Amino acid sequence: MSKERKTGAEIIWKCLEREGVKHVFGYPGGAILPAYDALQHSSIHHVLVRHEQGATHMADGYARASGGVGVAIATSGPGATNMVTGIATAMMDSSPIVCITGQVGSKLIGSDAFQETDITGITLPITKHNYLVTRADEVVRTIREAFYIAKSGRPGPVLIDVTKDAQQSSCEFDWEAAAPQLPGYRPDLSPKPDEYEQAMELIHQAKRPVILAGHGILVSGAGGELLQFAERAQIPVALTLLGLGAFPASHQLNLGMMGMHGEAWVNTMIQEADLLIALGMRFDDRVTGNLKTYARNAKKIHVEIDPAEINKNVRVDVALVGDLRAVLQELLEELEPCQHREWLDYLRKLKGDSAVRDIQNLPDSGHLYAAHVINDLWRTTEGKALVVTDVGQHQMWEAQYYHHETPRSLITSGGLGTMGFALPAAIGAKVARPEAEVWVVVGDGGFQMTMAELATMVQEKVKINIAIINNGYLGMVRQWQEFFYDRNYESTPLLNPDFVKLAEAFGIRSTAVKQRAEVVPAIEAARQHEGPVLIDFQVEQEDSVYPMVAAGADLHQMIRRPGVLVETAADE
Amino acid sequence: MLNTFVVYVEDKPGVLARVASLFRRRAFNIDSLTVGRTEKTGVSRMTIVVDTDETGARRLEAHLYKLINVLLVENVTAEAAVYRELAMIRVTASASQRSHIMDLVEVFRAKVVDVSPESMMIEITGTEDKIEGLLQVLQGYGVLEMVRTGRVAMRRGGKAANGASAGADAADAAPASGTVSYSV
Ligand SMILES: Cc1ncc(C[n+]2csc(CCOP(=O)(O)OP(=O)(O)O)c2C)c(N)n1
Ligand SMILES: [Mg+2]
Repeated sequence: MSKERKTGAEIIWKCLEREGVKHVFGYPGGAILPAYDALQHSSIHHVLVRHEQGATHMADGYARASGGVGVAIATSGPGATNMVTGIATAMMDSSPIVCITGQVGSKLIGSDAFQETDITGITLPITKHNYLVTRADEVVRTIREAFYIAKSGRPGPVLIDVTKDAQQSSCEFDWEAAAPQLPGYRPDLSPKPDEYEQAMELIHQAKRPVILAGHGILVSGAGGELLQFAERAQIPVALTLLGLGAFPASHQLNLGMMGMHGEAWVNTMIQEADLLIALGMRFDDRVTGNLKTYARNAKKIHVEIDPAEINKNVRVDVALVGDLRAVLQELLEELEPCQHREWLDYLRKLKGDSAVRDIQNLPDSGHLYAAHVINDLWRTTEGKALVVTDVGQHQMWEAQYYHHETPRSLITSGGLGTMGFALPAAIGAKVARPEAEVWVVVGDGGFQMTMAELATMVQEKVKINIAIINNGYLGMVRQWQEFFYDRNYESTPLLNPDFVKLAEAFGIRSTAVKQRAEVVPAIEAARQHEGPVLIDFQVEQEDSVYPMVAAGADLHQMIRRPGVLVETAADE
Repeated sequence: MLNTFVVYVEDKPGVLARVASLFRRRAFNIDSLTVGRTEKTGVSRMTIVVDTDETGARRLEAHLYKLINVLLVENVTAEAAVYRELAMIRVTASASQRSHIMDLVEVFRAKVVDVSPESMMIEITGTEDKIEGLLQVLQGYGVLEMVRTGRVAMRRGGKAANGASAGADAADAAPASGTVSYSV
């Protein structure tokens, strides 16, 4: 390609096109205006958001749904600071996004000029890397490096702060000449042969092994390898919240979600295991509970791309640092077929015990429980929807009752637990995968944090269905108050707007559902409708998520659904 | 336990802030940190002393590597290495005390670099222990002011880190010119 002179602003779009970007999510302002002006010459579609936090969550949802990189754009100062929550969310969940912010002119930096904020300083600890670009001729290399860093190794957010003069001035645009120069960046590590041998030996010796599969399976695209591995070795698979979908829920070796709100059998199996094989997960406190009593009798193998995760929370016996898919392929070369009949019989027995307590198996009391709604959503969509959840009780119920069969069919904020994530992330996901049936499952609290993005959804003609799990409370906090603060419901009851009228004001079709019998018809109607639909599911107000391991408690110390309900079942 | 890291980084704006931010963010306490140029243009070298255990040291090394601008990290704690620090100490010294102080300076192979009617300025290079020793004996005269660079380290023997030729074991080498110090 011949070298042409272009402005920094034009080069930004050219580079994004070269990186394969089709959509960006953003909001304009003074310091980024040159870039917006140059957008007219680009094939890239810009989605105008209603708040820059929304732009970052959309980019994040776009990345998680597609496996590519999401792009968000904002102006300097408040535009940039509004991105902070979304960037931190992407960082905690290793989501590859590139954020481009405008900055005041390079001569004004440090002068507290209008809308000047040190956004590279602010985002230092919540980005994988960030850049301040003060010259047009730095743009190409910076964008190429940013995309490479964002998506390679353990993915994460990269921010590029571009001064206004760097956007306005011109230079030669030469893509080829500006390849990434990252001498210190080594995203492609791999284990040593003897580490493989040690791991193999532990796997072949184990009597009570459990696989702990996390987000790394999705990131690395190792779902197929995991399935082969688990089947040949006959090892049950427990999943982290972000790992849901990594292993088919309907598979007989599937345990389901582990940790704080994992089903009792999952945590019991982990605590009684003699070998844990952790694949692309990081032993977060929400999955281990008390570290002192965590899987005490188990040897541990940790397969992980980020060396800084090894021995961070849990001491492991063998660490295989490398790309999960490559490591699993290597392990599969040596893996002998195994049998663990007793161990799997034990699992079936545990599952049976828990079923008695399951709310799905209780008689219809006329009350509408969130679990019913989620379960009906799963059945009606045949488990094939792409569900995006917010944070709170509904998020945990979704994880328990929507049974995900395929990778990237659940998008949720796990590490940061960012309320307000779901709606914008779902918009991003739908833009990335227009053929997918996208459902938002969101609490009445979290919905109100980013509901302004309903306007974005309508303006962009994005067909999404929104299920508000309306319990009139900041439910998860209320649950903690119920369990640990003497039912002192301080600042958790919500006086909500009429969500149906609200949706209608945006031109969105909407209904309220109060009865169990109305759930499936409402879901069906939403699926049939061409445009977006919002359903206000008015559920039982004071229900809690069970089982629960209190923060810091032993993983086997689970608070179970109170006896009352179990007795009701027995009385029948 | 004090761990000493030698860290090679790209000489770019903001790299020091990234390293310092990492220590703060991961709740590691920096005992001392020095940065300076190296024999290679574009590469800076840090010596970082941190109080942490073995697991902490390993995690820290992994975290340092995650910084894009970090080129090489070596934990030299358990290796044969030469440690040096430079201190300047201003001590009260009347005319009558001067010769006593000069004797002490001699014993510690330090240097007097400035004299005024009321005080003397002493420069000493050595291990932290040696500097502490001199300080202790000077305490009695009244230490008016002190500045220390923090530790710099270099491995003994022929092994050089980033492909540089291993220099002679210059035992008493003062920090190279252009060295800046940064204590946290
Ligand atoms: C931005 C943000 N603020 C506060 C919290 C703490 N928090 C966690 S869950 C929750 C309640 C969520 O309420 P709602 O959205 O109604 O969902 P529910 O738990 O009722 O299903 C709160 C306040 C959070 N996770 N994120
Ligand atoms: Mg609620």
